[in-house]
Amino acid sequence: MDKKFTMHVDLDSFIPATGEEKEYMVQMRPSSTFFRDGMKRLLKNKVATVSLIIILIITISSLIIPAFWPYSYENMLGVKPGKPVDASYNNLAPFEYGKTEQAQIEAGKKVFPHIFGTDSSGRDYFIRVVYGTRISLVVGFFASIIVLIIGMTIGSIAGYFGGKVDLIIMRIVDIIYSLPDMLMVILLASVLKLTLGPVLEGTALEKIGSNIISLFIVFGVLYWVSMSRLIRGQILSLREQEYVLASQASGAKGGWIIRKHLLPNCISVVIISTALQIPNAIFTESYLSFLGLGVNAPMPSLGSLASDALNGLSSYPYRMVIPALVISLIVLSLNLFGDGLRDAFDPKLRN
Amino acid sequence: MNSKLLFYILKRVFLAILTVWVVITVTFFVMHAVPGGPFMSEKAISASAQAALEAKYGLDKPLLEQYFTYLKDIITKFDFGPSLKQRGRMVIDIIGDGMKTSAKLGIIAAALAGISGIVLGSVAALRRNKLIDKVIMVITTAFVSMPSFIMGSLLLVLFAITWAILPANGATSGGLILPIVTLSLYPMAYITRLTRSSMLDVLGQDYIRTAKAKGVSGPKIIFGHALKNSLIPVITYFGPMLAYIVTGSLVVERIFAVPGIGRAFVSSITNRDYPMVMGTTIVLAVLIVVMNLISDILYKVVDPRINLE
Repeated sequence: MDKKFTMHVDLDSFIPATGEEKEYMVQMRPSSTFFRDGMKRLLKNKVATVSLIIILIITISSLIIPAFWPYSYENMLGVKPGKPVDASYNNLAPFEYGKTEQAQIEAGKKVFPHIFGTDSSGRDYFIRVVYGTRISLVVGFFASIIVLIIGMTIGSIAGYFGGKVDLIIMRIVDIIYSLPDMLMVILLASVLKLTLGPVLEGTALEKIGSNIISLFIVFGVLYWVSMSRLIRGQILSLREQEYVLASQASGAKGGWIIRKHLLPNCISVVIISTALQIPNAIFTESYLSFLGLGVNAPMPSLGSLASDALNGLSSYPYRMVIPALVISLIVLSLNLFGDGLRDAFDPKLRN
Repeated sequence: MNSKLLFYILKRVFLAILTVWVVITVTFFVMHAVPGGPFMSEKAISASAQAALEAKYGLDKPLLEQYFTYLKDIITKFDFGPSLKQRGRMVIDIIGDGMKTSAKLGIIAAALAGISGIVLGSVAALRRNKLIDKVIMVITTAFVSMPSFIMGSLLLVLFAITWAILPANGATSGGLILPIVTLSLYPMAYITRLTRSSMLDVLGQDYIRTAKAKGVSGPKIIFGHALKNSLIPVITYFGPMLAYIVTGSLVVERIFAVPGIGRAFVSSITNRDYPMVMGTTIVLAVLIVVMNLISDILYKVVDPRINLE
């Protein structure tokens, strides 16, 4: 029976598929999670990747370099106990040495160079810049975390409970939002600086310095509003979802629903706006330090280094240019990275 | 004007008044929470002289009474009391003096930023993805990330020290050029980006295509149809821009030694001239709140499509 008729069923088509054939039909692409998808999009974005690398380099070097650098940020090289102050160490130009160091070099010893010279009190300027960078980054990071925690708590409460609670919270938010923030920051920082000093004396917090603490308080008081607005908006739309109703029906309480269902669903928005908050905080810190309201001396921050450099600007312009470039680089790359993060993880937010 | 718009305006005015009241109250109580009081840094003085000084400035009365007197004096006669450090001068006079210079600085900077920002933004939008657009976007991105004090210092190093073509001291003639440029660069960059994106948005609208199809010439489309509508978002930026210029002028006046209100404010913080700090904070805050109010209301009036929520 070789010859087939037109209506004849071809039995060959109904033979069970071999293993090889089955494998052919399997989808090649493994399933991907939301996070992995976002990372893939993020790494495709060249600007964001380069910014991330710059941020990582700056952060890691600001953490590692002070550990092995032979000079410290507060050590005035010309001041030795029991000896008159050696003024030859003050205001050294890059790669110059003080008198005693010069003598050591002539004696054949190796002396670690002052890459950026020294400042007017004879402190190694390079390590001050590195340390200042570290302070600025730390302040920016923790200030954003504080803003995140306060804003997230209040925003989610307002959004979930709605009604009168929402109304009252949102009116307070409106008023704080319309306050001229910088003026209030300056006012609070200048007063807290005076009030906190005596209070903190003797406690563990004293080492951090009253100015940085007051900076955190200012951020906690003033900058949570935009974060809480954002989260409230998200929660308002999320709480109408059916899984929330299901959770309520099975007897879940408000706090549980907020923590387990609502917050995880607005996590990408939260991460993005926190990332964009960090450069903002660094910006504010350097602004306050520049006005003399930032970190306590002798601790440097990029803003206070720039502020100090203003006095000897005509002779030592590089002392202004170096911290200025570092701040701009940090703020610029954090902003660009934040934009990339937003594009990668929340396409809805793109304008 | 419809009733909805009127209601919106009333609501905003009420919120603005409330904000100003909060600013005054916060400023007052925060400044009075400082330990030691305003005469702490003076030389050691006898108890009777201290009491006489406090009586003179009304500091011996209960705090609430001081607060209501302060509030009444501000509302009825713009009186912020006498300065503690500049003896014999009233705070409002010092503010008035500083304002003359600072207002000149701020208004010129705002005008410069507005005009050049709109022009650059339009050019970038019309030459989208061409070289000039890319150059403008790179430069504005850099300017937006640069704090005002850094911008000011860099301009000072370059123009007044390295090339020495412009005066560094803001008190001399021509000395305001660098401060004005410093203050205007950030808002200029921001307005450029704002104008570019809204212009691109408008250029994609149907009515622009219709105008093109009818054979309207290029410049006429831009000036007659596109520009007006694409400037609406820019209006909202005028409030924040003023806030930026006010806070920016604090550092810029310090860098260039401009005898304006910003420098007076900063020095009154360092030498603890409380009435001066309070007065300046309140005056500048009112200025910012009022400008925000005007730009928000104008935004709603200009564009009837915006819903009044």
